[in-house]
Amino acid sequence: MTKTETPQSSGGDVRLHGISKTYGSFTAVQPLDLTVPAGSFFALLGASGCGKTTTLRMIAGLEEPTTGTVELSGRDVTALPPYKRQVNTVFQNYALFPHLDIYENVAFGLRRRGIKSVKKQVEEMLDLVQLGPMARRKPQQLSGGQQQRVAVARALINHPQVLLLDEPLGALDLKLRRQMQLELKRIQTEVGITFVHVTHDQEEAMTMADTVAVMNGGRVEQLGAPADLYENPGTTFVANFLGTSNLIEAEVVEAGGEELLLRAADTTLHLPAARCSASARKGEKVLAGVRPEKVALTHADDADGIAAEHNRLPGRIKDASFIGVSTQYVVEVPGLGELAVYEQNIERDGRLVPGAGIVLHWSRAHTFGLDATQDIQAGADLDEEAA
Amino acid sequence: MAVHETTNAPGTGAARTPNRGLRWLRRNIVAMAGLATLGYLILPNIVVMVFSFNKPNGRFNYQWQRFSTDAWSDPCGVADLCGSLGLSLQLALWATIGATVLGTMIAFALARYRFRARAGVNTLIFLPMAMPEVVMAASLATLFLNMGIQFGFWTILIAHIMFCLSFVVTAVKARVMSMDPRLEQAAQDLYASPVQTFLRVTLPIAAPGIAAGALLSFALSFDDFIITNFNAGSTVTFPMFVWGSAQRGTPVQINVIGTAMFLVAVLCVLAGQLAGNRRKRSKRS
Repeated sequence: MTKTETPQSSGGDVRLHGISKTYGSFTAVQPLDLTVPAGSFFALLGASGCGKTTTLRMIAGLEEPTTGTVELSGRDVTALPPYKRQVNTVFQNYALFPHLDIYENVAFGLRRRGIKSVKKQVEEMLDLVQLGPMARRKPQQLSGGQQQRVAVARALINHPQVLLLDEPLGALDLKLRRQMQLELKRIQTEVGITFVHVTHDQEEAMTMADTVAVMNGGRVEQLGAPADLYENPGTTFVANFLGTSNLIEAEVVEAGGEELLLRAADTTLHLPAARCSASARKGEKVLAGVRPEKVALTHADDADGIAAEHNRLPGRIKDASFIGVSTQYVVEVPGLGELAVYEQNIERDGRLVPGAGIVLHWSRAHTFGLDATQDIQAGADLDEEAA
Repeated sequence: MAVHETTNAPGTGAARTPNRGLRWLRRNIVAMAGLATLGYLILPNIVVMVFSFNKPNGRFNYQWQRFSTDAWSDPCGVADLCGSLGLSLQLALWATIGATVLGTMIAFALARYRFRARAGVNTLIFLPMAMPEVVMAASLATLFLNMGIQFGFWTILIAHIMFCLSFVVTAVKARVMSMDPRLEQAAQDLYASPVQTFLRVTLPIAAPGIAAGALLSFALSFDDFIITNFNAGSTVTFPMFVWGSAQRGTPVQINVIGTAMFLVAVLCVLAGQLAGNRRKRSKRS
């Protein structure tokens, strides 16, 4: 990682206008407007079959949109074939050419554009991905992580306006995936090209991307910075798919002020009106949500010490699993069902064992509100399925 | 094992010898079976080779008389032999080219495209492999006769291309089917036009299948007697010449040609393996 030149090309932006794709009667992508700013690391996140890969392939030109247009750096490329677009793709399972060695794989794009002296560029690119000594090997002689880096090098050497990554880390084991996430992020920062990254792994999307678009059923459910999406999910799908959420069905008993007063299982909960994405008039139902790590557990005997401005729910510990950095509790709350709580293992209260009566409490500001007409379970089990 | 240990105990020298023999047999029986099979396969070729140095007393080269290199120094000494050999090589070459080009295209069509008659074509392509050769030969001859086509070089060539086709299609199709379609997409993504994609990616990856099909075609065409005999008219190919001359006598030159062909084939295989080994070694280093 010694000699890498300053970026020769900066990225271009991608604008999708009303783009959609249907196969017969199946709609893979619903009409979609999306803008990826130049130079950003943009993630399309969703479970398998949500249309994220189809969207990516339409940007690459490998799939023809049924409606709508694709714009790259202000130029309409909808009608251009893939080999005429300033876009390169890192394919799922890499699609390295098995009959060419690493050097020729990386040089492929340059040669096709009629560039004769490729040696310097190829060597630089192989250095960037730390594969210089492997130049004369064939792809099948490399490990998964090395193949992945060749795929990145083969695409990046062309200095595309946009680099498309289709589940690039899906075939790697967990440890290597973590390492490659950082590596990709480093390369992106270094070369400054716009990255559009498709993944089903919410952690991967949040680690790397500046902006994440969560897709579900051919639509973008929500778009924003990772922290923003995580803290302020707009739909139950986003709330459940990005991490875990405790969603509580509650009735609005007082509205109009800065805070909504909710009633759930004979308890009153406070919800900042600004954090409620649904319309909440008095008598309507909303879903009050809170992330498990925001919730604290206090033994019922010490309940008096809980800060007054906290939302609180009484319950009983059903299950506790110790996983090192934290302990994950399942708490049974009468009338509401099971809620999840993640506690950091800083000072462990020996009384917090299954069967113990406790009080759950959290800061009111950490509560978010969602439209109650949605499926409360949407997106909850998809992550594991797709992985 | 324990049983043998006890019988092999020191002091029972008499029992030791047969046991050792048994053990030796057990250890080497696979090698022996292999050698026996190899001998079974190679013996006919050795006989042909040995008799190519014979100087027979009559027209039949069936009994060893004495060593001579006469036939080797004059391989074309028998009338029409080299003519028929040349014809056979020419036929094999053109049949290989025709069958490989057509077969590769058919294989791509069958592997890549969905069309109405696909299942039917798939079955039809396999027919020449499945049908008894004699039936195919006779029906082809009938067809040519009824169409009023003159038997000769072209009828033989058409027949050869037909039966070679199914082998090429089978070999290439297997290769194309197992090819990852994303490789071609990757090529297009890397600025290769459709033509470049085909020449730089598709064709090189399909090449081993195409080569296998071509080699099979050459061997099958060169070797064919039954179909050729039905459709040759007055044209005589090498297998037909051998068959014909065997009625009247077997010139030593046939053994010479046979031996030469065998040696060329063995050399090709050896060269191929050497190249493969070297490639593997350079990969390892």
